[in-house]
Parts: sequence; structure tokens; C-alpha cells
Amino acid sequence: MALIAVEDLSLTLATARGTATALRGVGFALERGETLGLIGESGSGKSLTALSLMGLLPEGARLSGHIRFDGQELVGLAERDYCRLRGNRIAMIFQEPMTALNPVQPIGRQVAEPLLLHKRLGAASARAEAVRLLDRVGIPNARRRADSYPHQLSGGQRQRVTIAMALACGPDLLIADEPTTALDVTVQRQILELIADLVEERGMALLLISHDLAVIAESVERMLVMYGGSIVESGPTAAIFGRMAHPYTQGLFAARPRLGATRGTRLATIAGAVPELADLPRGCPFAGRCTLTIDACWPAPPPPESVGPGHVARCIRLEKVLAPR
Amino acid sequence: MSELAIFPARAVRHRSFLVGAALTAALIATAGVSLVWTPLSPYVIDVPHKLQLPSAEHWFGTDSLGHDVFSMLMVGAQNSILVGVIAVSIGLGLGTALGAVAAARRGWVEEAVMRLSDFAFAFPAILTAIMLTAVLGPGIVNSILAIGIFNIPIFARVTRGSAKVVWERDFVLASRAAGRGPFGITLAHVLPNILSVVIVQATIQFANAILWEAALSYLGLGTQPPQPSWGRMLNDAQAQLFQAPWLAVFPGLAIMLAVLGLNLLGDGLRDLLDPRLARGR
Amino acid sequence: MSAFLLKRGATFIATLVAASIVIFLVLEVLPGNAAQVMLGPEAPPEAVAALSQKLGLDRPALARYAGWIAGMAKGDLGTSYAYDTPVADLVDQALTLTIPLALIAMALNTVLGLALGIFAAARHNRLGDVAVMALSQVGIAIPTFWFAILLILLFAVELGWFPAGGFPGWDAGLWPGLRALILPAVSLAIVQSAILARVTRSAVLEVLREDFVRTARAKGLTRGAALRRHVLRNALIPIVTIMGLQFSNLLVLTIVVENVFSLPGLGKLILNSIDNRDVVVVQDVVMLLAAMVVAVNFIVDLLYAVIDPRLKLREL
Repeated sequence: MALIAVEDLSLTLATARGTATALRGVGFALERGETLGLIGESGSGKSLTALSLMGLLPEGARLSGHIRFDGQELVGLAERDYCRLRGNRIAMIFQEPMTALNPVQPIGRQVAEPLLLHKRLGAASARAEAVRLLDRVGIPNARRRADSYPHQLSGGQRQRVTIAMALACGPDLLIADEPTTALDVTVQRQILELIADLVEERGMALLLISHDLAVIAESVERMLVMYGGSIVESGPTAAIFGRMAHPYTQGLFAARPRLGATRGTRLATIAGAVPELADLPRGCPFAGRCTLTIDACWPAPPPPESVGPGHVARCIRLEKVLAPR
Repeated sequence: MSELAIFPARAVRHRSFLVGAALTAALIATAGVSLVWTPLSPYVIDVPHKLQLPSAEHWFGTDSLGHDVFSMLMVGAQNSILVGVIAVSIGLGLGTALGAVAAARRGWVEEAVMRLSDFAFAFPAILTAIMLTAVLGPGIVNSILAIGIFNIPIFARVTRGSAKVVWERDFVLASRAAGRGPFGITLAHVLPNILSVVIVQATIQFANAILWEAALSYLGLGTQPPQPSWGRMLNDAQAQLFQAPWLAVFPGLAIMLAVLGLNLLGDGLRDLLDPRLARGR
Repeated sequence: MSAFLLKRGATFIATLVAASIVIFLVLEVLPGNAAQVMLGPEAPPEAVAALSQKLGLDRPALARYAGWIAGMAKGDLGTSYAYDTPVADLVDQALTLTIPLALIAMALNTVLGLALGIFAAARHNRLGDVAVMALSQVGIAIPTFWFAILLILLFAVELGWFPAGGFPGWDAGLWPGLRALILPAVSLAIVQSAILARVTRSAVLEVLREDFVRTARAKGLTRGAALRRHVLRNALIPIVTIMGLQFSNLLVLTIVVENVFSLPGLGKLILNSIDNRDVVVVQDVVMLLAAMVVAVNFIVDLLYAVIDPRLKLREL
């Protein structure tokens, strides 16, 4: 049985312009110890997918479909039961380390908090464990630093603290939402390596969200490509990198600036802009922006088509997409 | 629950501006009309008819000297507006200027202005009014000066805060790079962008001024007889509390409605004008 | 930390000194001859001269100022012209009423205002929030002294539960004394708590938007636990600021409320002194009130450093 299985997940939000569909028919599964990447640009629904798994959606959000975590249905789960899972069996780290920590509490206490909450440890043992965690994530002088406040730490260090907090109770699933986007390039590398080590060491499943292809390439075995609230392509990372099956994925890859390109080469872009949630077409979300759009793209979302072992894409013009140019 | 849950707040907010504007308009209209007409003269003493219940002739009754309460209320509106407008103008004029200078000059000028305005907060309006009364004797000028002086640091603070945010903006930097001096920039860029914040603050301070003027006249430090004043009417009413309890209702209600109207108006303006540029921290 | 204390302490002293100078200038220097003010414009010049001599008004202003400050430091506030008693005694007597009144009102205000504010923030945009906002909107528009009069009308005149005014003195017993202070304290507290509720609500809502609250929820804290353990302390800075201002306001509003209830506190003392043209008393009491306001601001500044560890370091 998969650790977490998402099936036909749909999400509507209450916006200023009425209800909008933010997620449509999202589905994927993750086994214990597996790593999965989720890539897409801003507005594609990546973060909302993660928040749906955590049950931390905003007011006015309506979730339908299924999220089965170790057999337990999460959609519609009572808040009290969800609280027992969060920080305990499912943990999440976020994009902005600078604002993720409570400024008026020492970091040791913040790391110890999930331990006190879920594992019912006493104050002394929780603190000892917190120090151990801080040390493991690479905070020097952990015993002393445990009493320092967030503003006394750098961005990279704060992110390490949030990782320590997330791991405190030994979760089965770690969701990392753009954990390195707000950090310097050199620090990014360190944090990604840290996450990779910890994931392997503890046999956790990892869902890594990013907009950066390089990050995805390095860190995860399988990946999902998201656009307009739907998953348009999914499969093993190597397979997708080797053979991009969806027009959007191709556009995404093409849009990367390349070192060594000749002077005067224009950066490739995908024409158009991501539509607002309320304006998403009823069919393929990429319709209109896609150069291969035909009339049949508009009425209904394309069904998933197999491209290779474990590799699936949602496009009705796959033959055209995959044909050699 | 979700969409319905967010609705009450949105609806109320739109209404608050309308209600506020209506009440404020009523206040101004009352004062305006009272300049040319009141049902009876509020200055006429008619002791045989004192402390009467509301009737066809005296719509809100009469006070301890036989004055017509309704007419007094109307003329009292003039008083409240007068004090409010002048006191807030003093505060706005001087305070905004100080705040703008502080934000433009920075350095020790800014420090000095801020220290001065912090210092001014040590003297609430009533204390200043008390001092002025001890020296000059009671009168409406005391109210105006006391409230006006206390408004200066309030406007200075608000102006400086908002102005600083505007000074950080790129278009101001561009203007400076083009060679414009601080005075020019303040006039052309800063003031127009903080205008809405200042207007909202002025509305709120107007409301406060009415409250303080009422308190000061209630204590006898402000507006003097025979000039009608809502605060003083309450003082008289309190003396007659056992014989004529209804007298205490109307002046207080008038104050409350005027203040409520201005507050709602200020809140509504704040939402509508939404000065994203000037809204700092 | 001590650098922070020193700096704040210096500002405190400087503000006190500056306030005393302003008060002295306004009350003694500006009007010219204080004795003239006391006796009134029609008084014969010989009487004015005699009083001037008695009060030491013929000394230069600087000497008089120094004398006043020195006297205050020793606890000698001079003698009241109207009552011919040491001002210090009059003030002591008045404070035994005004201070408890202000404290009770502040306590009521804090409890009610904070509770309503947090309640409204926790039920943001729902009925509870809208109700609190509407009520408080009306509450802040009510003149305190009018509310006091209405309370007298209901609870003293109609129901007779509480006295309509006066103060029996603490010698008459704790309860009779408190009973006389309840209506005044409530009238002060209700209006102020409307203000505090609104400020608390907006401060809490601001903090609820912060990222670290989301982190707390991601750790498995319930909404309530996140509010208690992470939000409240962060919301304290603006709340404490307002509470400091409120206490200063309360001290000043007690002057008005004491008038409504005929309470022999600081307010009555100062208003009577104005009527009696007793400049000495007015000067001392205004200085006392200003000093209390400045002291409260100072304490609030100190509290900031306790609440927010970032400030401690920033000052150094």
C-alpha cells in the first residue's frame, strides 16, 4: 500500500471574482522512502497541493477527491485528528526561512515544541532531543545556540532550524515547498544535500516542490509537472528529462538560460501568461497558450496517455509533440 | 459556511461609509440650518416653563432656565464644529508641516521633531486646558488651543511615518537624481501621496475634538454661557437628574452620533482611498 | 541591556524636566504676577504686593523654579492659598481615591478589552467579530461622562444599588469605599475597553497573517494553541503601546469622572483650585499628572524590551 495516494483531488477557492477551481483531478502516489518532485510556475497550484495534503487550506476552500495516507482518508478529516498528524507523521517546510520562525521564542523551544506536543516528552528530554536535532542539521554549538533567537541566525541557518522542527517526531512524509528558493546559491546546495541525507537516513518519503528544473533534476526520482491546477505530465525524472512529452514541459525546459550560448541568443519563452484561476479553460489548461492547440483541446481535459514505463502525459496531440522535428 | 462567513464583514464595511457620511452630513446641516433658523431662540430664558417634557412647542423640552433644548442642540452643533475645525486645522497645519520636514531632512532634525512630539504627548488636552484656564480664565479659546496643541504631535507622527515610505519609492529617487530639491519633492510627490492618510486622520481627530470639547465644557473650562454647548448642557442636566432625567439623554446622544458618524466616515474613507503608497508600518 | 536602560532613563528624566519647565513658564511666568491672578484683576495693589511678598514672588524666576523643584524633591509642595494647608497633604488625600479608581478602571478595561479583542480576532469575519466591531464602534463614540451620568440614572436613581456620588473614605471600610468607586470605574472602563478591543483585534489579526503561525499549525498545533502560544506575545507590542496611552488617558479622564460623581480626588482638587485661583495647587497637581503620564510611557518602553528580544539588541 502506498504511503500516500492522492486520487482525483479538486480544490475550489472563494475569490473576489467568485469560486475558482485551483486544482483539478490531481492524482499521484508516493511510497515510503520515495522522492517525488513537483514542478510548475507560480499559480500552477503546487503549493495548494501541498497545503491540501496538510489540511492547511484558507477559509472558503473546498476540497473534493481522496487523499489516503497510510490507509486513512484525509479529505474531510476532523481538525483534531489532523492536528495529530501534522508535525508528527506528515511534516512541511516552507519557502521563507526569514519569517518562518517565531521571533520572540528561542529556537530550541520551537524545535522542542512538536516533541512536547506529539511525543509527550518531558521538558528536559525534549530540549536534549532538540539540541541533538539542531546539531544534526548543522547548527554549530547547538547546545548554546538553542537559546538564541531567530534574528540572530542567518537565512540558511533558519532553514536548518525549520528542517529540524519538521523532523523532530520522525515523520513518514516530508513536504518541502520551495525550501531553497529564498536562499543564496551556495546555501541552496547545502540545504538540498542536507534534506537528501536526512530523507535517506530516516527512510522518509519526500515531496519536493520547486520551480527550478535544476533542483528537481538533482533531488528526486520521480516528478510531476503541473500547470493551471492539473498535472500535465508525470514520470521518472530521468525519463522526463530524456523525453518531454507535454508541450508545456518542453516549453519549460526550453526556457532555461543556457551557459555557453552564443551572444545575442534570445531567451526562449512560452508566449502568453498563466491564466487567472477564474479564467481557466474547461479543457486542457494549456489550451490557447500551446502552439499545438486544436479545437478538441478546449471542451474536456485530456486523459492521461502512457509515454513510457511509469511516464504519463495529458495531451491529445502526443504524436505531434513527440515527433522528431 | 465558507463564502457566507466572509460576507458580513464586506457588507458592513460598505455601509459604514454611507452611514458615516449621512451622520456627518446631518451634523453639518444642523449647524448650517441653525445659523438662519431654529424653532425657538436658545438664548431666551423662560423660567416659568422650565424643565418641561417634550411637547409640540418644545420638541425636546426645556432646561432649568426654560431654554428650548432642541434649539440649544442645533446651535450647539455650530460650537462643536467650530472647535473641531479650528483645532484640527492647527494640528494638521503645524503637525503635517513638522512631519514632512522631519521625513525630508532626516538626521538630527527628524530626531528633534520626534522628541518634541513625544514630549507633547505628556500633555493631554485636558491638562493643557487646565493650565490655560488657570492663566486666562475659562473660555472657548482654551478648548481650541488645548485640543489644537495636542493634535500637532499626532499629525506630525502620522505624516512623518507615511512620508518616509514615499521617500523610499523609486519615483522619488528618480526625481532626486533629476536634481529636484527636498522642498520641491515634498510638494510635488510626498504630499499628494500622503493626502489620503492625512484626510482619514483628520476625520478621526475631528471626532476626538468633539469629544474633548464636550468634556471641557462639561467641566466648565470651555465654552461659556450663554453660548450653548452640548457638554455644558449635560452638566446642567446632571444637576436636574432627579427632577428631569430626560434632559441627560439628548445632548449625549448628539455627541455620540456626531462622533460615531465621523469615525465611520473616517473608516470608510480609509478603505476607499486605500493609499497603498503611503501605508507604511 | 544596561545601555538601553540608561538611554531610556535619561529620556525619562529629560522629559520630566522639560515638562516642569513648560508648566512653570505657563503658570508662573506668562501671566506676569501670580499674586495678581490669585486675587483677581480688581484687587488693590497693596494687597497684591503683600501677597507677592508672602509667596516669594519678588524673587527672580530662576530662583523660584529652583525652589519649586527642590521643594518637590523633598516632598514639600508649598502651601495652598485657599485652604492654608500643605499642598502635599491635600494631594496625598486626593491620591488615596484617584489612584485606586484609575487602577480598578484599568484592570476592568484590560480584562474586557483583551478578551473581546481576541474573541473577535479568532472569529474573524464571522458573527462574533462583526458584533464586537459594531458594539465597539458605538462604544468609542460615547462620551465617558455621559455614560457615567446614564449609569447614575440607572443604577443609582432607578435601582438604588450604588451611590449617586460622594466617597465615604477608606476609614468607613473597604466595601463602602469600593462601592462608591464601582460606577465611576465602570464608566471609565467600558469606553476604554471598546478602544482596546479594536486595537487588540487588529494586532492579533496582523500576527495571524505571519508565516510563523503557519509553521506552528504545520507542527500540529490547533488554532487555539497557535493563538495562545505564538500569536499573543507577538501582538503585545502594539497592545501594550495603546494600554500605556490608555492609562495616561484614564488618569486625565478621572478628572472628569470625579466631577460627575463628586469624588474628592485629584480632579476635584484641581478644579476647585482653578475656581479659587490657587495657582500653587494647580501647578503642583498638573506637574504630578504630567509626571505620571511620562512615567507610564517610560514603563511601557521598558516593557517593550521585555516582550521583544529583538529590541534589546537593537538599542545597543
